Amino acid sequence: MNWSVMIPLVFFLILIFVIGFWASKYVRTTDSSFLAEYFLGGRQLGGLILAMTMIATYGSASSFIGGPGVAYTEGLGWVLLAMSQVVTGYFVLMVLGKKFAIMSRRYHAVTLIDFLKGRYQSKWVVLVSAFSIILFLFSAMAAQWVGGARLIESLTGLSYISALFIFAVSVLVYVILGGFRAVALTDTVQGIVMLVGTLVLLIATIIAGGGIDSIMTDLQAENPNLITPFGAEGNLSASYVSSFWILVGVGVVGLPHVTVRAMSYKNSRAMHRALIIGTIVVGFIMLNMHLIGVFSRPILPGIEVGDKVMPLIALEVLPAWLAGVVLAAPMAAIMSTVDSLLLVVSSAVVKDVYLNYVEPKATHKKVKKLSFTITAVLGILVFLMALDPPDLLIWLNLFAFGGLEAAFIWPVVMGLYWKKGNKHGALASMLIGILSYILFHLYLPNLFGLHTVVMPIILSLAGYVIVSLITTKSGKESLVQS
Amino acid sequence: MSKDKEHFRIAHREAWIGVALAVFNFIWWFGFAYGLGGKSPSSYHYILGLPAWFFYSCVLGFIVMVVLVTVVVKLWFVEVPFEEEEGEES
Repeated sequence: MNWSVMIPLVFFLILIFVIGFWASKYVRTTDSSFLAEYFLGGRQLGGLILAMTMIATYGSASSFIGGPGVAYTEGLGWVLLAMSQVVTGYFVLMVLGKKFAIMSRRYHAVTLIDFLKGRYQSKWVVLVSAFSIILFLFSAMAAQWVGGARLIESLTGLSYISALFIFAVSVLVYVILGGFRAVALTDTVQGIVMLVGTLVLLIATIIAGGGIDSIMTDLQAENPNLITPFGAEGNLSASYVSSFWILVGVGVVGLPHVTVRAMSYKNSRAMHRALIIGTIVVGFIMLNMHLIGVFSRPILPGIEVGDKVMPLIALEVLPAWLAGVVLAAPMAAIMSTVDSLLLVVSSAVVKDVYLNYVEPKATHKKVKKLSFTITAVLGILVFLMALDPPDLLIWLNLFAFGGLEAAFIWPVVMGLYWKKGNKHGALASMLIGILSYILFHLYLPNLFGLHTVVMPIILSLAGYVIVSLITTKSGKESLVQS
Repeated sequence: MSKDKEHFRIAHREAWIGVALAVFNFIWWFGFAYGLGGKSPSSYHYILGLPAWFFYSCVLGFIVMVVLVTVVVKLWFVEVPFEEEEGEES
């Protein structure tokens, strides 16, 4: 075992625990608004923490470990694709914006589903959205745990099961004890680790490669396509790369674990600061991280498994202790995504299903106990799943994020800004979004050279508008009845 | 109620600004990447060691967006209270 790499990693984990315990103080001392504190940090986030928690949440394992690996294979074309994520830094907060902040307070919404419930007043909208969140995000979470455990396994030489155990315990302790506040604070630490880590590694890689000029010359000599926007084989078409603006760019507005953050901030000033900080940090991390992948190619040619590019290049160009610090960055990325997924799934079970339809009059004490228990049980379930991931889970994870975007983007956005939107439209939009995503994924992937996510998002918009217009009258009637 | 309307008017305007920024961001990104990058790699120009298409689209484009977002937020975004009159919840 490489101890000089391990010590910074262990230090990082201890820091995360300390934050978890500190935040648990808030959870223990609030009583009346326990749910708002546990699942939303009491709506008290400031600008920096808001920006960092949003970035850390969607900068997941796939982009952090997988991203540089693909950039290594595809060249600058993949960095171009990754830069479509800069838009998330400002778009999500601007579009949901102040209207979402005002409305979610008015509905006393603690989760995305609370918001939909307040807006559409429909049991079916709530149940369908809770079901899809639990199913899809649970699978996405399990897949991320597998990624986290594999990373620890490859860094430390521990067995997969012990690596998974370490990962699970670290995440569970601070999420269960500290709730959303702990998650947001650890996300901030993790975001800073990612920011500094990628910058240090990028600089070291450029130096090791003899400057950007000579790296570019080497790349062009190996394969000129590596420095074009079209990928190593020339098959990254402009329309395909552009459609990632929907999947990882503007479509992120529909992801429940991202949306919930847009109701967690304290005031307008926090939001304004987060817009600026968020844009800077997300662009910086994405650019650095993916350039590292491309620049590694001349230094360490012939890496077969993309996921190993980050760890190998760090160990190659940095002193061991610094490599340990830098490699805490992908760990941080995975943990910060997993923790928010866990909390969103847990809130869907406790708040959206149990409190709405099973026992609306549960006492505060019971709700508190239930929240801790459900979060813990979910964590243990994910752990068991990740030990030997079933095929169904892997399959669901493949379209978890795209499917959720197609399901939620229009009920949320149109629900905010279009008065005529109603529950029938929302329900149609969600069902069309999820089902068409699955069907396109299976039978017509990448139709017209666009990523699979594009068509379902268009169809679910059509479904929302058409069904809302047709049923406007009956929609009003049922609103009066309820 | 009129106060409410005013707040929503501000919120709607800011949402549209977000959409406009995203459209501009996309055009800049796409235009430089495929406008300059579509040529043969042997005829590329380089800026700071990077191919010109990449520098303009991804590096300069990112800096331009940061500046635009900062300016837009400082000049046109208005502070609005979120709590209702009752203001008990915190």
